[in-house]
Amino acid sequence: MSKEWPLWEVFIRGQHGLNHRHVGSLHAPDAEMAIKNARDVYTRRNEGVSIWVVEAVHIAASSPEEKGPLYEPSNSKVYRHPTFFDIPEDVGHM
Amino acid sequence: MADNDALFEFLLRLGDNSLILGHRVSEWCGHSPVLEEDIALANTALDLIGQTQMWLGLAGEVEGKGRTADDLAFLRDAWDFRNVLLCELPNGDFGQTLMRQFLYDAWSQIMLGHLTQSTDARVAEIAAKAAKEVAYHVERSGDTVIGLGDGTEESHARMQAALDYLWPYVGEMFDGDAVDAAMTKAGIAPDPASLREDYDALVRDVLRKATLTVPTDVFHHKGGRTGYMHTEHLGHLLTQMQWLQRAYPGATW
Repeated sequence: MSKEWPLWEVFIRGQHGLNHRHVGSLHAPDAEMAIKNARDVYTRRNEGVSIWVVEAVHIAASSPEEKGPLYEPSNSKVYRHPTFFDIPEDVGHM
Repeated sequence: MADNDALFEFLLRLGDNSLILGHRVSEWCGHSPVLEEDIALANTALDLIGQTQMWLGLAGEVEGKGRTADDLAFLRDAWDFRNVLLCELPNGDFGQTLMRQFLYDAWSQIMLGHLTQSTDARVAEIAAKAAKEVAYHVERSGDTVIGLGDGTEESHARMQAALDYLWPYVGEMFDGDAVDAAMTKAGIAPDPASLREDYDALVRDVLRKATLTVPTDVFHHKGGRTGYMHTEHLGHLLTQMQWLQRAYPGATW
């Protein structure tokens, strides 16, 4: 057994209605302590209304080396970006 | 309304408990075994110092001699402090610190619960604010006591040693005297002895889950809350905590 506590990724919802955002990571022996540690490390300045923690090993990540096949094909498809429309001023920010 | 002197004394006891324990816990800042615990302990220390500001601030107001919370914290010497001995004991190892924290948090949570019902609105208001902080402290320290007590052979042995060392200091929190009698009569605070049953239920449940054995000896140390005699450790703590005011009297920033 490793003597290190596992690594947890921490997600915090800043206000009601917003999404949880990744804020960082920390070590903890279990999920309950990870939430407590997240509370102490990441919400000291009243940042959150909800905390999620996920053990880092459970996050599957894409590989940076595959960025060509993964992302480049969409670069040449400008028609996927709805940038050709004139938006009336009074609509404001969309 | 109770005798003003008794209320002042009672508030000093509450404020000195949180001040001295808060200072002790702050000594871990930058030294904890892991970063997460370091920040958690610093948060706890800050909560306790915040509670101190409220209790000693009110004490100064009740005393009516113009002393502020800072005056009371930094310009008194060991014999004027009224904290229970438990709060001034050295940190020892991390386990001993957390055991001391849990033994105090459990008492504090129960005491504050009663104080929110105090006939003195100022006391009830401070208690309501502090109770939220302490509810978290006791959850955290209780979980850590269980985790370490029911952990490895080494952590278990350290937690049992901590409990054996600290248990004789628990009883003082339930002692009563004329000050407490005046508070109880006025409906400001409960009789300390009446908290023991709830305390034992909470503490023994956690210690059982932590696979730790509660010492059976009923002897307990005392002298802190009455100011009769503190341990040698308080004076050393004050030389650190009050260093600035002792070296540069009246210094401000």
